[in-house]
Amino acid sequence: MPASRLRRFSALIGSLIGAAGAIALLLLSPWWLLLAALLLLGLWTLLTRVGRQAWSVTEVGLATIPQRLGASSVVVVGIAGVVAVLVALLAMAAGFEATLKQGGSDDTAIVMRAGAQTEINSVLDHDSANLVAQAPQVLRDAQGQPIASAELVLVASLPKKSSGLDANVELRGVGERAWSLRPHVRIIDGRKFGPGLREMIVGKGARQQFSGLDIGSTLKLNGQTWTVVGAFDSDDAHDSELWADTDVVAATYRRGSSTAAVTVRLTGADAFDAFKAGLASDPRLTVDAKTTRGYYTDQSAALSKLIRVLGITIASIMAIGAVFGALNTMYAAVATRSREIATLRAIGFRALPVIFSVLLETMLLALLGGALGAALSWVIFNHYTVSTLGQNFTQVVFAFQVSPALLWTGLKWALAIGLIGGLFPALRAARLPVTAGLREL
Amino acid sequence: MKYLQLIWSAMFRRKTRTIFTLLSVLAAFLLFGLLDSVRSAFASAASSVAGVDRLVTVSKISFTLSLPKSLLSGIEALPGVAKLTYANWFGGIYQDPKNFFANEAVADNFFDLYPEWQLSAAERTAFHNTRTGAVAGESLARKFNWKLGDKIPLQATIFPQKSGGNTWTFDLVGIYRVSNPKQKNQESALFFNWDYFDEARAFGNGNVGWYITQVSDRTLAQQVAQAVDALSTNSDHETKTQTEQAFNAAFVSQYGDIGLIVGAIMGAVFFTLILLTGNTMAQAVRERIPELAVLKTIGFSNQSVLGLVLAESVLLIVLGGAIGLVLAGVVVDAVRAALGEAVPMTRVGASIWLRALGLMVLIGLIVGALPARRAMRLRIVDALAGR
Repeated sequence: MPASRLRRFSALIGSLIGAAGAIALLLLSPWWLLLAALLLLGLWTLLTRVGRQAWSVTEVGLATIPQRLGASSVVVVGIAGVVAVLVALLAMAAGFEATLKQGGSDDTAIVMRAGAQTEINSVLDHDSANLVAQAPQVLRDAQGQPIASAELVLVASLPKKSSGLDANVELRGVGERAWSLRPHVRIIDGRKFGPGLREMIVGKGARQQFSGLDIGSTLKLNGQTWTVVGAFDSDDAHDSELWADTDVVAATYRRGSSTAAVTVRLTGADAFDAFKAGLASDPRLTVDAKTTRGYYTDQSAALSKLIRVLGITIASIMAIGAVFGALNTMYAAVATRSREIATLRAIGFRALPVIFSVLLETMLLALLGGALGAALSWVIFNHYTVSTLGQNFTQVVFAFQVSPALLWTGLKWALAIGLIGGLFPALRAARLPVTAGLREL
Repeated sequence: MKYLQLIWSAMFRRKTRTIFTLLSVLAAFLLFGLLDSVRSAFASAASSVAGVDRLVTVSKISFTLSLPKSLLSGIEALPGVAKLTYANWFGGIYQDPKNFFANEAVADNFFDLYPEWQLSAAERTAFHNTRTGAVAGESLARKFNWKLGDKIPLQATIFPQKSGGNTWTFDLVGIYRVSNPKQKNQESALFFNWDYFDEARAFGNGNVGWYITQVSDRTLAQQVAQAVDALSTNSDHETKTQTEQAFNAAFVSQYGDIGLIVGAIMGAVFFTLILLTGNTMAQAVRERIPELAVLKTIGFSNQSVLGLVLAESVLLIVLGGAIGLVLAGVVVDAVRAALGEAVPMTRVGASIWLRALGLMVLIGLIVGALPARRAMRLRIVDALAGR
């Protein structure tokens, strides 16, 4: 008795370790490895005797699914829920990261006062801003002027469409070179603001989230009336901002000639090190330079990591629940088919085709669930737009990005859940004592 | 109660199946406990009772803009104003930007307005007398292992010193405690003397970030707020005054709709759970049809059979759910112990338990309804004959 118990125990441990290894392989392996495994499996079922046996047992199993539709749908729906939540949260993190990172590149640099982490915390006086723009590594345009924009970043409170509550929106005063500095920004509606006028243009994200930003409407900032004259699209974090002439913004907010930060286009990505060293060695300046890619990566890192960790934690707990649901269903399926399985064993089928058939059936149900969940999150959440508080204490508008890579991750999770949920019932099926199974009514 | 034994043995008739179902229920309510703890942390930050008699006055344009100190005497003279203080956000970094905590320059009487923050009289005097003195919350001090007398260097992100330096060094002269466990997260801030800050900073001197007014009677709050804002109407520094509670609520809501996200996830989880346990209960009743028929034969009424099955499904969910919630409580405590009390998670207390229990009973009834009806309508003759 102790010997057989020991054997069963070690078999359990062995299959646990095997399952864990298989899942690790599944989650880590690239798509082509899985495709190759699938092909090998297909060849095996077609060409070998055991493989053909396995396939015919599976066919019988699949044919009986309609009789236990309720139980099988537990596997499908459970896994669909896990995959939908996982993909949605990962898509949220990816969307936030992409929105901020798109604004950054290696050949543009942002210069702020030393120690400032964000533009809202930075102040540069007029002379410093000019000195930065005159650095030799800054690219010059056809007129010989450096492509640099000294910008002011301020915060305005506007009511949000969704809640009606005031939320912060970023007001950016930009210089005339802002357009050649960021050539991807285009006016999608109306026109640019006129220099020296109290006119502003609004990003498409800001226009979507805040009320009162339609073209032609006016808003009051610091006691002065501004007119919205256009809307722009930049496909990055600037979409959440309002843009106006930097001199007019400075006058409205009594900022004198100071600015927050200077953004410049460098002669090339390789010029950044020399640019940074040049600024650091200039005794007249106390500034820090970062490439805009570095700046925006820093801004998105914390939040997107948080969302990812949360998403994986939540999905893992849900996956545990789904695994037990699948185990229940498949144990019940094996139990109802025990007579049939015993008959197969009695007429000479080996254990392997039986194991294979139960496992394959679960994996197919899991795949269906995974596809359903992935499709659901793609339909509902792809390009779903939300906003949150960014590092500048202002709202950052971003859209969920459900990419094929994320859908693939979701499917892999589904397969992993199916693997655990099917393996143990499959082993039970293979170990069913033939005589007892045949006697069962 | 007398049927508990019967229900219990019916539930564990198929041990493996019941245990697997219990584990799924456990996972669902573990998740519920964790998410609801996060949700209530955000909700309570938005609606704590503390602070209804304190008003916050910030610039109408944005709370990041400063206000002139000249407003001080005007506000002080208003009827209904009991105490008035002011503060400014400093935003200094301790060693690494990851070590974020709130740090503010505050006026000398700041702690008079926050009686719920306990600071000994000796430490109050030390704060008053030490120019570079600072006071930190107990949770914060514990996190960085600070002791009284320590020097704490902060890297300025907004305010460099007049001398050109970027490092401000403060002497820790006091540690305050908050006794209310719900407000423990307020223990993670550092405050230092206004006079030192205002004299040494390179710009902005003479301006304050925000005013905090304590009203003599909380029913006057609205009236005083309007009077404060009237002082600066049509000036170039118009103000916006609201209760501290409303101010916090507006700030929290800017992070996004946490409740909606949590609701959507829990919706998916509970939908799956209902399907899963519903399937288990249906199987359990189907297997037991002859037994149920025997029960009816020996005199159990239709209603009591219905009750037995419903009780079984409720018990199944409550049992699994309760274990899950206990586990959630352990996890939340562990996270709070590891990351400090500033993490947005409330302890799994009575209100979360109450909500969860309500959900458990509701789900149990939904799940048991169909199988129970089937058991109730069973005809003894058919059931015994296996028809």
